[in-house]
Amino acid sequence: MAYLLQQLINGLTLGSIYGLIAIGYTMVYGIIGMINFAHGEIYMIGAFVAVIAFTAFSNLPLVVAIMLVLLFSMVITAAYGWTVERVAYRPLRGSFRLAPLISAIGMSIFLQNYVQLLQGARNKPVPPMIQGGFTVMQEGTFTVQLSYLQIMIVVTTLVLMAGFTHFINTTSLGRQQRACEQDKTMAALLGVNVDRTVSLTFVLGAGLAAVAGVMVTLYYGVVDFYLGFLAGLKAFTAAVLGGIGSLPGAMLGGILIGLIEALWAGYFSSEWKDVAAFSILVLVLIFRPQGLLGRPEVEKV
Amino acid sequence: MSRSIASAMGPGGESLVKELGFTALIGLALTVPLISYETIDDVGGLQLQGRWAATAFIVAALVMGRLGIILLRTPGRETWVAAGGALAAVVGLLDLFRDTVAGVLGLERWPAISPSYTLAFLLGVGGAVLAIRAAVQISRRNSAISKAERDARMESLGEQVRKLVRVFAAVAVLFALTLPFMPFSNRYVMDVGTLIVTYVMLGWGLNIIVGYAGLLDLGYVAFYAVGAYSYALGAQYLGVSFWLALPFAGLLAASFGLILGFPVLRLRGDYFAIVTLGFGEIIRIILINWYDVTNGPDGISGIPRPDFFGLATMTRRGSDGLPAFHEYFGLEYSSEHRVIFLYYLIVAMAALVAVFTVRIRRLPIGRAWEALREDDIACASLGINRTTVKLAAFGISAAWGGFAGAFFATRQGFISPESFTFIESAIILAIVVMGGMGSLVGIAIAAALLIGLPEVFRDLAEYRMVAFGAGLVMIMIWRPRGLLSHREPSVLLADRSPPGRPVPAKAVAAGEVAQ
Repeated sequence: MAYLLQQLINGLTLGSIYGLIAIGYTMVYGIIGMINFAHGEIYMIGAFVAVIAFTAFSNLPLVVAIMLVLLFSMVITAAYGWTVERVAYRPLRGSFRLAPLISAIGMSIFLQNYVQLLQGARNKPVPPMIQGGFTVMQEGTFTVQLSYLQIMIVVTTLVLMAGFTHFINTTSLGRQQRACEQDKTMAALLGVNVDRTVSLTFVLGAGLAAVAGVMVTLYYGVVDFYLGFLAGLKAFTAAVLGGIGSLPGAMLGGILIGLIEALWAGYFSSEWKDVAAFSILVLVLIFRPQGLLGRPEVEKV
Repeated sequence: MSRSIASAMGPGGESLVKELGFTALIGLALTVPLISYETIDDVGGLQLQGRWAATAFIVAALVMGRLGIILLRTPGRETWVAAGGALAAVVGLLDLFRDTVAGVLGLERWPAISPSYTLAFLLGVGGAVLAIRAAVQISRRNSAISKAERDARMESLGEQVRKLVRVFAAVAVLFALTLPFMPFSNRYVMDVGTLIVTYVMLGWGLNIIVGYAGLLDLGYVAFYAVGAYSYALGAQYLGVSFWLALPFAGLLAASFGLILGFPVLRLRGDYFAIVTLGFGEIIRIILINWYDVTNGPDGISGIPRPDFFGLATMTRRGSDGLPAFHEYFGLEYSSEHRVIFLYYLIVAMAALVAVFTVRIRRLPIGRAWEALREDDIACASLGINRTTVKLAAFGISAAWGGFAGAFFATRQGFISPESFTFIESAIILAIVVMGGMGSLVGIAIAAALLIGLPEVFRDLAEYRMVAFGAGLVMIMIWRPRGLLSHREPSVLLADRSPPGRPVPAKAVAAGEVAQ
């Protein structure tokens, strides 16, 4: 029981991180119908910026440092998100169907190796900053720990999600975003700047991925240039599981993937946990391609 | 201050300053953390080291480049841009080769303008691109012909190139066949040649599914791995010889293709791509973790080399009752024999794929693939069974991957899951995409470029994957149909359309958006 609880806590933390990344996938898919394969790399860049910023701000008080790092990482990563869209995807609107995906794969390989070239292939460690936590339960010799860091990750994710949902649902920019998602031509006719809205989508998705990057840097304390590939795939799985195009779906999918992974690693074997994630992706796509909260797609001729 | 500059530039100056400022801001954001600071491992944790000269240089270059692009928008200023671009290109080139130039001219080595060779290279390339763009714009404005005429000219030029392709293909085949006997040929050349032909074969194999059936397979390396491991394991546990294992490697890979393909072929294009990627990763994870059979990350070593068609061994001394190759033919012993034999083996296998592909394209199944690529739904309404047709493409493509894998295992003598990562799939895919999805000659050229060039520029190995990724993006932007695009149906009804007149790219693109 205690063991299960511990795995659930770990899974929830991991799932929050996946959920934050998954939003980027789901929004981009919603608005331009492409899988932004480079999004995992955007998240990796967020984590690297966090490593550099943490090292640079190491003299500041902890709370200030974390706030500054979050802000810094979000701004920088958003700039990368914007540039990726501008350079690699915008020229391809109206090109053939698979062109954006291939371009995205190229972008992903580029960013991965660009970071490796600039910062080296070795793991980049960050000293543990937030330590300690609550003991939730004691069962025999096994104690269930809920660390302050885990609380911070989940709470930050929840706050961001709430704020983001509010943004999409009530602000003018959010309305434009939803309008473009439904019908780009019509939105353009009604005076929505579609290009700017698409850019905004990438910027927002990258910003959230940056938060995930900062969190993962704090959580694991180590970052490497290959971090984005697997996390990106899992976050994409989360987006598909929740129903691609749906914001609550992305969050739900992220948490489910995190839980499944933690439970799988806890009860079966941690070596095979990636297989679990991919198998879920395949099964969902085959049996429920619209995901848990998505609308079924109609094939138009 | 900025306002006075803006007004000095005349109308539109204000927005110009705004745009340049935005570029500078983005440039700063892109460079400040990742380029300005290098993280260095130290005893007490990470240390930061500044690289501010590079940062300033990049931001300045970006702003200048942006200025050039903005100036090109209004006609009449191209000359300035061309001059500026050419200047940048010259500065970059001089920086790159300043040792050589200084040596030739007998001058002191002067200090470089660019902070590093990489940046000098990028400056040179960027300047050249800008200058060429400006020059093209000038020549377009001065020439009297309209856009349609120019398109027609390009079309007929493309036609001539396509005719030349046949000649080129013949020369290439001849070259491939005589390579071992060329005067410059040595062990290294043969190794690179073998590697290139292996990728040509993989590219042609993947081409069946990507180029003909129009399905994006991101996990092709899985079949390559299945082929390689089926020979390696067969040789290790059952003592199977290469020639016996070869057909089984293909069959096994094909059946894997069918098993994997069956559930996922109903999926839409990009979902299909991601799922095949997932399968590729699953196979790799299985190879890593199934330690008892596959020896996990340590891989399998000591994979036997193929013998000479059961007549002689390719080793120094004969074994198992077989004479050695040089004894059998009464030659002097040379270790080159085995290398040349392996080279001809892969050339023969690749040739088999080529002949097979050219032939099957004209069969009903091949035509069904092409039809499927152009319009999925129309195919279904014409009574083509989409699943079986796609499955056939998947299986056949996988079989070729398996053959190539068995060859890879026997050539290397050692395989491990390291050799079958996603990057490998991406490289094969890039070969197919660059080659023009469907053009066998294009794919062969692309393979030679993508595999051969990194071998030539070995010193620049660390830049290889960066250039590769950027190249993939650029091809999609400038020539999304590949270097040699080829979208004509292989078989046409006699009088339907004038032969050799490709569908205008616009119409094809529009048709695909509508799907």
